Amino acid sequence: MNSTSHEPMLDRREVVRRLIAASPDALVVTGLGSAAYDVFAAGDRPENFYLWGAMGGAAAIGLGLALAQPSRSVLVVTGDGEQLMGIGALATIGAQQPDNLSIVVLDNGHFAETGMQASHTRLGTNLIEVARACGIRRCEAVISLEAVDRLGELANAREGCLFARVPIAADEVPRVLPPRDGTFLKNRLRELLKLSPF
Amino acid sequence: MTDNTTAPTAWQQQIFDILKRGGVRQVAYVPDAGHAHVIRLVHADPEMRAIVLTTEEEGVATCCGAWLGGERSVLLMQSSGVGNCINMMSLIQNCRFPFLTLITMRGEFAEFNPWQVPMSRATQPVLDAMGLTVMRVERQEDVADVVQAGLDAAFESSEPIAVLLSQRLIGRKKWVAKP
Repeated sequence: MNSTSHEPMLDRREVVRRLIAASPDALVVTGLGSAAYDVFAAGDRPENFYLWGAMGGAAAIGLGLALAQPSRSVLVVTGDGEQLMGIGALATIGAQQPDNLSIVVLDNGHFAETGMQASHTRLGTNLIEVARACGIRRCEAVISLEAVDRLGELANAREGCLFARVPIAADEVPRVLPPRDGTFLKNRLRELLKLSPF
Repeated sequence: MTDNTTAPTAWQQQIFDILKRGGVRQVAYVPDAGHAHVIRLVHADPEMRAIVLTTEEEGVATCCGAWLGGERSVLLMQSSGVGNCINMMSLIQNCRFPFLTLITMRGEFAEFNPWQVPMSRATQPVLDAMGLTVMRVERQEDVADVVQAGLDAAFESSEPIAVLLSQRLIGRKKWVAKP
């Protein structure tokens, strides 16, 4: 992770657990892989929409959902690799700025799912600067668990489109696998919102 | 340069009217001259949200997100953008999302630019391969009927629909050399 090699590396499971605890009503969209496992490990809930594919799509799904549900907090939890694949979506979000959308990138500087190859965030890309340059109003570097709590509170408050990068340790944590049936996940979330099953 | 200032055709207005009447709230797009009138009207409509994309696959994702949250949406793009969407379209199939995209065709009729041709030829095979139902419009008088049918199939029976607006229908792109 460029320019920040001395920053503390937080425990990803603890980060996500505290984040969701501080924004308990948020609709959560996860990127595929470790971010999905982290959110599931924090406790399965119908508000969670886990991706198992569609890499690069998490933030854009969050955008469509946030625009459709302005009275709900929408929290995208994803990894650096997934966000890098959907990096253009940050510009698209910068152009829309829904107050209720927060994007949290868990950045370990690696593609953890495929053998821990270094990602671009380790090789020079600073996602905070990218998000800021895309015009996203609030861009936060979150480097302590206390700051994670505040981040969750901000997401809960829906007072402005938010992007945050959280440096996490690049260690492998046990996989805990959320449901893989996309139709089930979609209908479960829609039912929570009192929408018909389709 | 192409001339984008010509008056909109009746079918372009019909497309907007069908989307509006059909309750479409989010309109994601990578622009094309054939969609320009609809895009302009969406920007002017306080009940609709125009979402300009950096790449078409983002629009597949925003449309699925919109439906998760209970809103109807549409993706406007040209045929060259279909290839960008392939993997993202797995969302549609895996989650059985209703989905509607209107695609202006390039590279198939009196095309000036050969770089449009390969993706033009691949457009329908790609959409078929990703499980979308493809409806093609050749004549102006059929636009309203087919777009309405596509919208109904998408949102009333949760089908993934791609409506191809043929290049012959849209008209030859007017290329005028700069003086």
